[in-house]
Amino acid sequence: MNVRIEEPLHRRLALTDGEFATIVAKLGRDPNPTELAMFAAMWSEHCSYKSSKVHLLTLPTGGPQVLVGPGLDAGVIDLGDSLACVFKMESHSHPSAIEPVQGAATGVGGIVRDVLSMGARPVALLDPLRFGPLDDGRNRYLFGGVVAGISQYGNSIGVPTVGGEVKFAPCHSSNPTVNVMCVGFAPAERLLASRGGGAGDVLVLIGASTGRDGIGGVSVLASRTLEEDSHASRPSVQIGDPFAEKLLIEACLELNTRGLLVGLQDLGGAGLTCAVSETAARRRLGADLDLDHVPLREADMEPFEILTSESQERMLAIVRPEALPAVQQVCSTWGLSASEIGKLRVGSQLFVRRLGKVVARVPAVALADEAPVYQRPTGRPAALDSLLEDDPASRRMPVPLEEAFLSVLGSPNVAGMRWAFEQYDSIVQGGTVVGPGADAAVVRIEGTLKAVAVSTDGNGRYAHLDPYLGGAHAVAEAARNVAAVGARPLAVTNCLNFGNPERPEVMWAFAEAVRGIGEACRALATPVTGGNVSFYNESGGSSVYPTPVVGMVGMLEDYRLLVRSGFPAGGLSIYLLGTTLAEIGGSEFAEVVLGTVSGRPPALDLDAERKLHWFLGECARADVAASAHDLSDGGLAVALAESAIVGGIGFTVAVPVADKLPPHIALFSESASRAVVAAREGREAGVERLAAAAGVPIARLGFTGGQALEFAGLFRVPLTDAIVVHEGAIPRLMSGQHLSR
Amino acid sequence: MRPRVAVITFPGSLDDRDALRAVALMGGEPVSVWHTAHDLAGADAVILPGGFSYGDYLRTGAIARFAPVMAPVRAFAGSGGPVLGICNGFQILCEAGMLPGALIRNQGLSFICRWVNVRVEGTQEILQVPIKHGEGQFVASEEQLARIESEGRVAFRYCSPDGTLDEAFNPNGASHGIAGLWNESRSVLGLMPHPEHAVDADLGPTGGHHVFQWLLTAARERVPV
Repeated sequence: MNVRIEEPLHRRLALTDGEFATIVAKLGRDPNPTELAMFAAMWSEHCSYKSSKVHLLTLPTGGPQVLVGPGLDAGVIDLGDSLACVFKMESHSHPSAIEPVQGAATGVGGIVRDVLSMGARPVALLDPLRFGPLDDGRNRYLFGGVVAGISQYGNSIGVPTVGGEVKFAPCHSSNPTVNVMCVGFAPAERLLASRGGGAGDVLVLIGASTGRDGIGGVSVLASRTLEEDSHASRPSVQIGDPFAEKLLIEACLELNTRGLLVGLQDLGGAGLTCAVSETAARRRLGADLDLDHVPLREADMEPFEILTSESQERMLAIVRPEALPAVQQVCSTWGLSASEIGKLRVGSQLFVRRLGKVVARVPAVALADEAPVYQRPTGRPAALDSLLEDDPASRRMPVPLEEAFLSVLGSPNVAGMRWAFEQYDSIVQGGTVVGPGADAAVVRIEGTLKAVAVSTDGNGRYAHLDPYLGGAHAVAEAARNVAAVGARPLAVTNCLNFGNPERPEVMWAFAEAVRGIGEACRALATPVTGGNVSFYNESGGSSVYPTPVVGMVGMLEDYRLLVRSGFPAGGLSIYLLGTTLAEIGGSEFAEVVLGTVSGRPPALDLDAERKLHWFLGECARADVAASAHDLSDGGLAVALAESAIVGGIGFTVAVPVADKLPPHIALFSESASRAVVAAREGREAGVERLAAAAGVPIARLGFTGGQALEFAGLFRVPLTDAIVVHEGAIPRLMSGQHLSR
Repeated sequence: MRPRVAVITFPGSLDDRDALRAVALMGGEPVSVWHTAHDLAGADAVILPGGFSYGDYLRTGAIARFAPVMAPVRAFAGSGGPVLGICNGFQILCEAGMLPGALIRNQGLSFICRWVNVRVEGTQEILQVPIKHGEGQFVASEEQLARIESEGRVAFRYCSPDGTLDEAFNPNGASHGIAGLWNESRSVLGLMPHPEHAVDADLGPTGGHHVFQWLLTAARERVPV
């Protein structure tokens, strides 16, 4: 006897029994399968933020610089002079784990459309990436594939990739974290952030036709844990067409410039369902949607497939009926189809028709705004205490200092990332003043002296040991990077990458990280304008480190005064700003040299952090700094080495002994709120005076010059050797050469 | 007199706005010309810019050579008008048969975005310019290469910072280290590096001046005074 009991449809669509009951209550009847598929997509974790919302609502989102806060496709800040900066970060980790090239490529495409939908020209991309160690072939395949995907897509759409960091940890082996941030500029009066438009306005679907790709992307991929048979999910990964995206960018910008748009919405997760229901719900209206007018790749697609397809390179324009001919003419110039697929209507219902029949009738607001909100249980993992108490500072130094230094300098987390960055077009559009590999990327605004500085940061080890501090450090370090080039930090976006939120320890870490981000953002006056949550980053029983990644945007009034990280000349005085404590818990040194990820991460004094940022900004404005570089992974030793390598100039320094720290602690401590600054010749007093005015501790370490990294009394490494170790590490690992000794 | 320089925009062109900006910065009058145009808007010089025309899905430049605008471009070049093809523009010129040889996948198989040094053949001047391409390896038959060399039509070769020709400084494996090439009459120049991204001292070295100075000088010579 062979009895097969089918799971009810809603469970197969990843809706719980309780969620199904809520849908029935909202509709006053059972949903039909099409309607159920729409709810499943919109109420997925990815689209609805149902587990994270209660925490995200605690973040500071307001400030005089904020034009548009969270809730729309991207945040917007005011740069003055009627200039607006639009930015947002998102994750595409799950698709990238299954198909790295297309997963990463379509992630780029999606975030670009988010920025575009606000009416801004996308001007910069940054990619924070996390992989497992590169001695594993699968991790090399994933890293290589993701970089190739970013390269193929980003380079072909003419948006420069100007930054992002790459980090490695064993927990990312089967769970790579692929985040991507996009920044755009728009004249303030051209922003499409308004919720204008009314009943009768036409919904025009622009761009690619709709196929069966990506169906279930949000509910199957992004809102579940990847299992052994994850390759079977491959059809849920979308395929990107960057040429179509480039045309879409230019067509949409031209439509906007010509004043033909009431609104613009990107089609991403949950496809048409999301775009139409959000468009209607935001305007407190209903809509008519006729699927017969959606250009299809396969004629026999079911309504639910058309409604939830995540086919790429599509935008939904909201236009006045009289503008329709002009809209179609612009799209045709760019070789794009523009199909009138529906209208906004009075009322609250979204009517979906196929072959003349209504196939779905649901309140737009129920889909877009009324997903359940969960206060999921949180629980601090008991094992954390013993981990925190295991302070690596108490461990014996196992190798000579010089060997430790070279190990840290060549560690993949610290090593030069040229191997990846050179695959990205970082200069197209002519705005890139500082490209990848610097503390922060700097992109100027055409026709002005203004520029934005952007940095992405997040330290998984810190967040693993103390998620509150991990979240706060991500904000502080991103802001410090932006400040190091001389910019004033203004606002942040974030991508919060965590495991399964149904596990209390994951939810606890999430809540703590959000609390840390909120505290730091309040203290630094850098509100959160939006972001993305990526849960279920676990497979095979292992979860990623809690990985809050922060993208910080700052502004330079005059980009010609920016400060670079490399030593530009010999004979300059080198200063250390900030206080160094015995803080190597969770540090790069502790993992690479001592072999432990333990102890308490460095403390964070947000007041000291703010003072340091002020000091760095003033140094730039007063033009007294020849170079500035923030201290992070690898501490003072690495920061000095990086300034030397970037500038091609060595140094001689005496590591301060006043604090009675053992040399290895003084060199590798990751105490926060510090920077290394080289004074311009004859401007030493200016640097010292500004430090005093800021209340930032300052110590003169030595001077630049020569062709060696000389730590007086400790050790000396020829600059060329340091370059080989730092620049050669990633190429060597990616070629597999480390395998044969 | 500011010479008019037409920058052709194909669907998928990416560095067209950069070329327009560079022309203006260097003293020319930039004019944007769409790929379906049947004339060059009275231009004194033409730039085919970088990018991925029509997506370059078939082969780089393979579709663009059939664009309507290529007929007037060809006629303009035939009458001795200066034409500059940058990156994708170089690829299009080769596909169109206006320059010999072809550009194939980089030897290392990856896209490369990097500042390089090129040596100006003839003057031995060294220019710092950026490259950014996945398919920039210049190849040609032995006979073509011999002819190119004997006629002195190599415009630029990849070199070390001090001008030495060395395979270690050849980023894409190009035959004879060729980064840029002239046609027979030296009115058409194709090169893989991007001079339009090397004209603004606020952004970096200005090795691109050399190329725009040639283009604008050649254009001025066509302008009746």
